[in-house]
Amino acid sequence: MKKLVYLDNAATTKISNAAREAVLPYLSESYGNPSSIYSIGREAKKAVENARAVVVEAIGATPGEVYFTSGGTESDNWAIKSAALYGKNKGKHIISTAIEHPAVINTLKSLEKNGYKVTILGVNQHGQIDLNELRDAIRNDTVLITVMTANNEIGTILPIAEIGAIARERGVLFHTDAVQAAGHIPLSVSDMNVDMMSLSGHKFGGMKGTGVLYVKKGVRLPPFIHGGGQERSLRSGTENVIGIAALAAALSDAASRLPLTDVVRKRDRLIAGLLKIPRSHLTGDPVNRLPGIASFTFECVEGESVLLLLDGCGVCASSGSACSSASLDPSHVLLAIGLPHEIAHGSLRLSLSEDNTDEDIDYVLEKLPGIIAKLRDMSPLWHE
Amino acid sequence: MYSDKVMDHFTNPRNVGELVNANGIGEVGNAKCGDIMKIYMKIENDTISDIRFKTFGCGAAVATSSMATEMVKGKTIQEALDLTNKAVAEALEGLPPEKLHCSVLAEEGIKAAIDYYYKRQDVQ
Ligand SMILES: Cc1ncc(COP(=O)(O)O)c(C=O)c1O
Ligand SMILES: [Zn+2]
Repeated sequence: MKKLVYLDNAATTKISNAAREAVLPYLSESYGNPSSIYSIGREAKKAVENARAVVVEAIGATPGEVYFTSGGTESDNWAIKSAALYGKNKGKHIISTAIEHPAVINTLKSLEKNGYKVTILGVNQHGQIDLNELRDAIRNDTVLITVMTANNEIGTILPIAEIGAIARERGVLFHTDAVQAAGHIPLSVSDMNVDMMSLSGHKFGGMKGTGVLYVKKGVRLPPFIHGGGQERSLRSGTENVIGIAALAAALSDAASRLPLTDVVRKRDRLIAGLLKIPRSHLTGDPVNRLPGIASFTFECVEGESVLLLLDGCGVCASSGSACSSASLDPSHVLLAIGLPHEIAHGSLRLSLSEDNTDEDIDYVLEKLPGIIAKLRDMSPLWHE
Repeated sequence: MYSDKVMDHFTNPRNVGELVNANGIGEVGNAKCGDIMKIYMKIENDTISDIRFKTFGCGAAVATSSMATEMVKGKTIQEALDLTNKAVAEALEGLPPEKLHCSVLAEEGIKAAIDYYYKRQDVQ
C-alpha cells in the first residue's frame, strides 16, 4: 500500500473505534424511526436520548440544553441568528473577532445586510484579542458576543472563560464556536461562562454532517427547521440516529483521554524540527495552542505547491494560501495576525491526532526541508 | 484536480533557473496575488535560442511556466508572441477553471521578456 501520513485532522478525522462500535446496532437491527412506537423505533429513540445524555455529561451541561444538528456550520448559524432575532428589541449590535470560521463570518455578514452592526475585534500576532478592547466594544444595544474557543488555522486557544465572564457581567449573550476544541481540550460550559456553544462531530472521530448546539437553559431559541417536531420542535427532521450515536461515543471517548500529552509532545517535536528550516515561522500562540496543530509559514514558497509535493510523498496537510481558494486572497486569519500577503501565501498547517506516530513525525522532518529547498530553488523571491 | 501532464511539469519542471547572458528578461505577477514568474531569454537572429524561468506560485503557475518555456524554445520571436495562455493550458491537458488566471502569467512573462529585448535593441 502507498504510504499515507495523515496530518490534516483539523480538516476532518477518521471515525474513531468507539464511534464505529456505537453505530453497529443501528445499521440493520434497531433501524426504526425514533418517532415510531414499536420496539425498533423505541430503541432508536433511546439511542438518541442516550447520546444526548452522554454529550450533556461530556460538556458539563444539564439535560435539555443539547440539540443535535447537521454540523458546526448549522450550529453557528442557528446560535447567531437566534441571538440576533431575540435581541432585536434590545438592539442590533454584535461583537466578534477577525479570526472566526466562515460559518460565523458569513452568518454575521448576512445579518449586516439586514441592518445589524458588527464590531470585529482585531487580534495580535498570536491570534489573541485584547480583553479591554472587548469591554470597550460592548454597547447598550449589543445583543451577542461570538468568539471561537480555538482557531482552526493557527491553533490559538482564546480565554473563553474570561470573555464569558465579561459578557455575563454586562448582560450580553455569549456564543463560542468550539468546533476545533471539542475532544482536544477539556470543555465545560459552566467553567467557560458560555450561553451557546457549537460542536462538530467530524473533528473528534464522529461523522461528517453531525453537530451539536448547546444552549443554556433560559436562553430563548427559535425553531430553526420547521417540520415534524423533532428536537423539541426546534430542529425538525428525522434524527440522524447513526451520526448522533457516533458523535456521542466519539466525544466521550475523546474527552476521557485528555489531556493529549503525547500529541503535544509530537507536535512540539514537529515544530522544533521544522523551525530549523531557514526563514520558517510558527503561526499562532506558542503557548495557548491546540495539542494537535502545528502551523507555519515558509518565506518565498507558495502553500499549494508545498501541499502538492507533500502529497507526492503521501503526506496530507493544508494551507491558507490564496491559490488554493477561489478568492485569491490568502486566509483572513493569517492576514489578521499581521502577516504580509506574500508570507501568508506560504502557509502550512499540519494537524495531528493520537494516531500519528513518531515515525510520521520523522518522515515529515525528513521530507519537508527538501521540498522547501526545491521550491526555493525555483522561486524568484529567494536569495540566500 | 490537476491533469497528469500538469503534475509532470510541476514535479519535474523544464528550464528552471536563470541565464547569465540573457538579453530578454521579464517579471510578471506580484507576491500579493500569490504568483510571480521571472523569465530569462537568450535571443539570437530573432530566435529564442535558450530560455529559463523562476516561478513563485501554485502548481498551475509552475506547470504553465515550464510548458510555455518548452513551447517557445527554438521558436522565432513572432511565434513566441503568438503563444496564448489557452494554448499552454491545452498543451497541459487542461487546467481547473479557477486556475486559468495562473496560466496568464506565462503568456505575459514571455511578452514582457520580448518587450525588454526590443527596448534594449532601441537603446543600442
Ligand atoms: C472553527 C470551525 N467552525 C466551524 C466549522 C464547520 O463545521 P462543519 O464542517 O461541521 O460544518 C469548522 C470546520 O470546518 C471549524 O474548523
Ligand atoms: Zn496560482
